[in-house]
Amino acid sequence: MLNLRNFLTLPLVVTLAAISAEAGANTLINGAGATFPQPIYSKWFAEYASVNKAASINYQAIGSGGGIRQLIQGTVDFGATDEPMSAEEAGKVKTPVLHVPTVLGAVAVSYNVPGVKSLNLTGEMVAEIFMGTIKKWNDPKIVAANKDAKLPDLAIVPTYRSDGSGTTAVFTDYLVKASKGFEIKVGKGKAVMWPAGIGAKGNAGVAGVIAQNPGAVGYVELVFAATNNLAVASIQNKSGEFVAPSTASVSAAATGRVPEMLKNDFKVSITDPTTKGAYPISSFTWLLIPNEMSKVKGSAMIAFVDWALGATGQKMAADLNYAPLPKELATEVVARVKKLQLK
Amino acid sequence: MASSTHDVRRSDRAFKRGLQVAAWAILALFGALFWFLFMSAKPAFDAFGWQFYVTKVWNPVLDQYGALAFMWGTLVSSLLALVIAVPVSVGAALYLTELAPRPLRAPVGFLIEMLAAIPSVVYGIWGIFVLAPFLRKWVQPFLSEHLGFIPLFEGAPFGLGMMTAGIILAIMITPTITAITREVFRSIPDLLREGALALGATRWEMLRIAVLKTGAAGILGATVLGLGRAMGETMAVAMVIGNRADISLSLLKPGATMASVIANEYAEAGSDMHLAALTAVGLGLFFVSLIVNSAARAIIWRVERTGS
Amino acid sequence: MLTLIWVAAAVALIPLALVFAWILGAGLPAVSWDFFTQIPAPLGQSGGGMANALIGTLTLVGLASCVGVPLGILCGVFLSEYAESKLARITRFTLDLLTSVPSIVIGLFIYALLVVPMRGFSAWAGAAALAIIMLPIIGKTTEEVLKLVPDNIREAGLALGISRWRVIMSIVLKGSSGAVATGVILAVARAAGESAPLLFTAFSNQFWPSGLGQPTPSLPVQIYVYAISPYAEWHQLAWAGALVLVSVVFVLNLSTRILMSRSGVVRAR
Repeated sequence: MLNLRNFLTLPLVVTLAAISAEAGANTLINGAGATFPQPIYSKWFAEYASVNKAASINYQAIGSGGGIRQLIQGTVDFGATDEPMSAEEAGKVKTPVLHVPTVLGAVAVSYNVPGVKSLNLTGEMVAEIFMGTIKKWNDPKIVAANKDAKLPDLAIVPTYRSDGSGTTAVFTDYLVKASKGFEIKVGKGKAVMWPAGIGAKGNAGVAGVIAQNPGAVGYVELVFAATNNLAVASIQNKSGEFVAPSTASVSAAATGRVPEMLKNDFKVSITDPTTKGAYPISSFTWLLIPNEMSKVKGSAMIAFVDWALGATGQKMAADLNYAPLPKELATEVVARVKKLQLK
Repeated sequence: MASSTHDVRRSDRAFKRGLQVAAWAILALFGALFWFLFMSAKPAFDAFGWQFYVTKVWNPVLDQYGALAFMWGTLVSSLLALVIAVPVSVGAALYLTELAPRPLRAPVGFLIEMLAAIPSVVYGIWGIFVLAPFLRKWVQPFLSEHLGFIPLFEGAPFGLGMMTAGIILAIMITPTITAITREVFRSIPDLLREGALALGATRWEMLRIAVLKTGAAGILGATVLGLGRAMGETMAVAMVIGNRADISLSLLKPGATMASVIANEYAEAGSDMHLAALTAVGLGLFFVSLIVNSAARAIIWRVERTGS
Repeated sequence: MLTLIWVAAAVALIPLALVFAWILGAGLPAVSWDFFTQIPAPLGQSGGGMANALIGTLTLVGLASCVGVPLGILCGVFLSEYAESKLARITRFTLDLLTSVPSIVIGLFIYALLVVPMRGFSAWAGAAALAIIMLPIIGKTTEEVLKLVPDNIREAGLALGISRWRVIMSIVLKGSSGAVATGVILAVARAAGESAPLLFTAFSNQFWPSGLGQPTPSLPVQIYVYAISPYAEWHQLAWAGALVLVSVVFVLNLSTRILMSRSGVVRAR
């Protein structure tokens, strides 16, 4: 009978039907953490679900800090972060946590200067732009590094991320290494007090501001810049070359660091490297897997890491503009993950 | 009812008891919420004291926090939103109940109620890609050039900023205020309208005396709901307000609100002090809301006294 | 003066129409049969949809309404019929304060209250957060429209010997049911479109929802994830999701009105 009362109970009936149809299908493994790798993780987990039908791995990007807190509270099975956990945070989790690097990312400096197709910047210059001490595009310092470009007399509008993020953390981590002044005046972290400019939310926000304001410059994830064809600057690395961000130059930043990674439980910052051809503002992103997991969930995670860090998984990453791990590193990581204690 | 006389029947007493339980449930909920916020924010109070609410500095690296800039931002953006939305919504409600052609009333009413469901993130993206560029290109340069001497309009036009946030909030709260005001007007008995007309009032005078005056309390209720949404709106504001913890008289400059800073920084908050400071900002929202609501109630009380 | 009203109506409706047209234009191309029947496909693969999020939203809003609607209406009745009691005054003020709590703060509260003790995200927690958001809207709207019912109607009922509670429920409330329904629809619309409180309570799930005690996907969260991503194909899905969300609320609204008019509720204006 179609009356109001029956209509109101309809949603409940529909949903209970839907839920009972799916209940008990397989094990659900939940993870939370960084937004930066969300696209590649969602692709990996979706593809992996058809490879291994016994387990569904559900990942949601609520931020690196959020992921770490959920891991501490025990509401998720694994976490993900763009910045290694501090000793304090690691101490709060019941079991030791393994940092598993999965892919590499980079922070690109995107700009909107009419008539300028390519731009070279040193780390010191980038720091001064974002501190507000270099105020115009035709500042002598910028002109000196870009003899071929016609830099206009236009005010610089620095654009930063208003939401705390791993991208800001990596960017400021690089800037404090590149400029003593920046270290003193601003410092590094997932959220900092920027002296100048406007804040926009997320990569989309920053890109939107840059697109609409001639003279604007900001920092975005490389994946975002590459997928949306944004104009990005080439940054000078420690060898003196001006390197444009690309999956190749980002992977280069990780080569030669494998021994260091092994010594430090895979937790190493790779900004401002000395390798030739390396892009200076690169970083790893990690999965945080507790050292002790249940047999069912643990073996699923181990199998997943083996698959993701193997050829298929890493190729998927490269196709989406994420830089793959150096092969020697990937093998070491998989070997370490296989030693997880399963109860 | 004019006065609540003692209920004689047992069923009436039981009914009243039942309603009281519902009311107590609300109070308990609020109490729990307040308690939770207070306990989470305590570390910040221990560190900064009540000066937290009058300090402007917000530096997560040095763990120095102060909520003043955000309180300013919330007040300015919400007030701007109300100033735009309330007259517009009341006008639209009047239109829909009194002036619009009858076949148009239900469909347009539906559309408005439906638009209350648009997720705030969609408003935010629309703001970034449609509203902000529009303001930056057509509206703000004009204001900055010709009216720039007024502190309200000085500064370079960025598109993002307090003005855009206020306008987006106004658009977001219009469906709610319009729909509720419309119901309020519909609930007013026709007798009052006919009475005014019979006494020789013009159409507008009839609307003013019979509809607006009688519905004033209802309009206030709708406004309070709209104001609540405006002050608590996180996503859309976070995307268009420019996010600088600064205090400025100019509407063209970027700012930040209490809700937007919580939305922006909570997920990635590093230190425990940062988390406590953000929760303290949330608590501050209660205080701002308290002040604004009390002021609104005082105004309507005065209007009711002098009016009737 | 009357022209001002026309102008005000136009100013109210035009931006809303613009936003809706934008969503329609951007989202319609991506709405397909797949959208309503498939879970999200991996990036780069066509097909896939947001069926799981749709079911999740219906579940969450449905559960939230089970608590939020009765409690809100009862509260509104109390505030209107027993208006001068001290409890009513305090409750009214509290309800006003509750409307301005940012939805994310409500999410964090429920997180501490339900998610941490239960050691996991669940539809229950998500529904609880949404119910708190719905309460003030339903309560205040109910109170306002009931207050406008003339006293002589109540007095007439009492004079006929009907008990007070029956006068309130069967005459006063029933007569205003259309207006109260508007309040409920607005609350449902609001709850259906909120993403911030759900992220820390119901979490989300890229697969089919597997139980009320498990992470549950929802349209607004999914829309948010897609909207802030770098990929154009995901952006389109986000707008399609927004379009579907708004349409679902529209259908709910329409059906409620039709069923109410069938059960005899007549509206004058």
